[in-house]
Amino acid sequence: MSTTTTQVRARAIWKGVIQFENVELPVKLYSAVKDRTVHFRLLHKKDRQPIKQMMVNPDTGEEVPKERVRKGAEVEPGVFVLLNEEELNEAEPEPSRTISIERFVPPEAISHQWFERPYYLGPDGEDEQPYWDFVAALERQGKEGVVRWVMRNKNYAGALRIENGYLMLIALRFSEEVVLAEDLDAPEGRELEKNELVMARQLIGAMVDEFEPEQFRDEFRDKVVKMVEDKAKGKKLKLVKPKKKTGSESLERALQASLAAVRKRSHA
Amino acid sequence: MPEEASLRPIWSGTITFGLVNVPVNLFPAIQSYGVHLRTLDEDGTPLRRRYYCPADEAKVEGDEIVRGYEIEKDQFIIIEDEELETLEPEKSRDIDLRRFVKADQIRPYFFERPYFLAPAGKSNKAYRLLARVMEEEQRAGVATFVMRDKEYLVAILSENGILRAETLRFADEVRKPEDIGLPERQSASTKQVAGIEKAIKKLTEKTLSREELRDEVTAKLTKLVEAKFKKDQDVIRAQPTVEAEEEFVDLMALLKRSISQAA
Repeated sequence: MSTTTTQVRARAIWKGVIQFENVELPVKLYSAVKDRTVHFRLLHKKDRQPIKQMMVNPDTGEEVPKERVRKGAEVEPGVFVLLNEEELNEAEPEPSRTISIERFVPPEAISHQWFERPYYLGPDGEDEQPYWDFVAALERQGKEGVVRWVMRNKNYAGALRIENGYLMLIALRFSEEVVLAEDLDAPEGRELEKNELVMARQLIGAMVDEFEPEQFRDEFRDKVVKMVEDKAKGKKLKLVKPKKKTGSESLERALQASLAAVRKRSHA
Repeated sequence: MPEEASLRPIWSGTITFGLVNVPVNLFPAIQSYGVHLRTLDEDGTPLRRRYYCPADEAKVEGDEIVRGYEIEKDQFIIIEDEELETLEPEKSRDIDLRRFVKADQIRPYFFERPYFLAPAGKSNKAYRLLARVMEEEQRAGVATFVMRDKEYLVAILSENGILRAETLRFADEVRKPEDIGLPERQSASTKQVAGIEKAIKKLTEKTLSREELRDEVTAKLTKLVEAKFKKDQDVIRAQPTVEAEEEFVDLMALLKRSISQAA
């Protein structure tokens, strides 16, 4: 289980054409994320064999063969509307190569809550010039495109923007999926006291920093990897359980003590 | 809404900043939607997923399953639940905010999944204080924490007086253009750029309404299902599925209760 990655030119996972007004731009789509999770298999304890899944009828406990399995939409708990293959196929989006820009908006118009998965778009074809012209234009305007596309039988909404000097397409969640902060009301309570606000501002101000993602490591993943390696070598493991914390006794006292600690640190 | 309806938190723990502890519950901010497709037997009985062992062709119950890491083909190292638990550091019950960054400094490709945080415990004062100051200063707190066997990098953001946890990708989960091998930048042609900018301007609006982010394809299927249901065509009444209970909840209504009316 090595953590080093060999530098290979990534393969495009899809090809499409960006379209709006009279602009047409062929692009290749690449994943901007890589999976680093430690994947476990589920095994049967007794014989250490990887287990499989099957669909059973819970009344009989019998496996139901594929040709007898039907699809139903649950419209109310326990009430199903059967859908045949033809109906399900018809409900799939039309295959298309078009990444259609519906409009452009300022970046702040798209909440973080919509973002689902990022892709880089690179130029497709011999002539890269149209790609770089579009990058320059979008960069100068400081806007992002709201787009729609269909990829592998699935329809997507996305935000088209510039990241690190290249086009990035971020798949967005659909609005049916997201509950936004603006839909909810803040917790209610007594008015906050002025000195608490002042101290909290100072405390947060003392902890202001740059966002440096490289400073954070998935230590848990590292430890899981190490545990697997140790166990493979036949090492014995020690078991210790984590503890739980309770709320602060006095908010004001905790703020004061925190500020004192932060100040001491910065004067040291 | 009935009194007993409530949302079970995915995670409960403490946000700490300095020596201040803010006990919180973490709830999902996204929900399933559209048509809830199930696999059924011919008579409409909802099917269940069962594990079985192909070696001895027997059904396998939950307590007979272990987690194995494949070190070589068909060679597994077994990792027990208790063993994984020991790896959870003490901070696993805490989101320890040691640094507050400008919220807009976190690039969008880091964002993975949003959750809402609701105050837990006897008082929500510390929660409201943190939410208020972070929102005023447009800051995001960044930390790591462990939830459900996995370590997460998380940004705590405040919006509308509500704290939100957005899980972020770790730096090594994000690809850079040079990792992909994208070509080096070339200079643009001024004339072409001007033309494209004009086209961009023509299509630019200030805001984006959520109506524009609807899933029309799923809506089409929903419509078909509703039409068939109305005509009582191919309708089967059977037992509700286990999943149904979760999927027919109104997440927004439950969140309103869990967040706005907490402590």
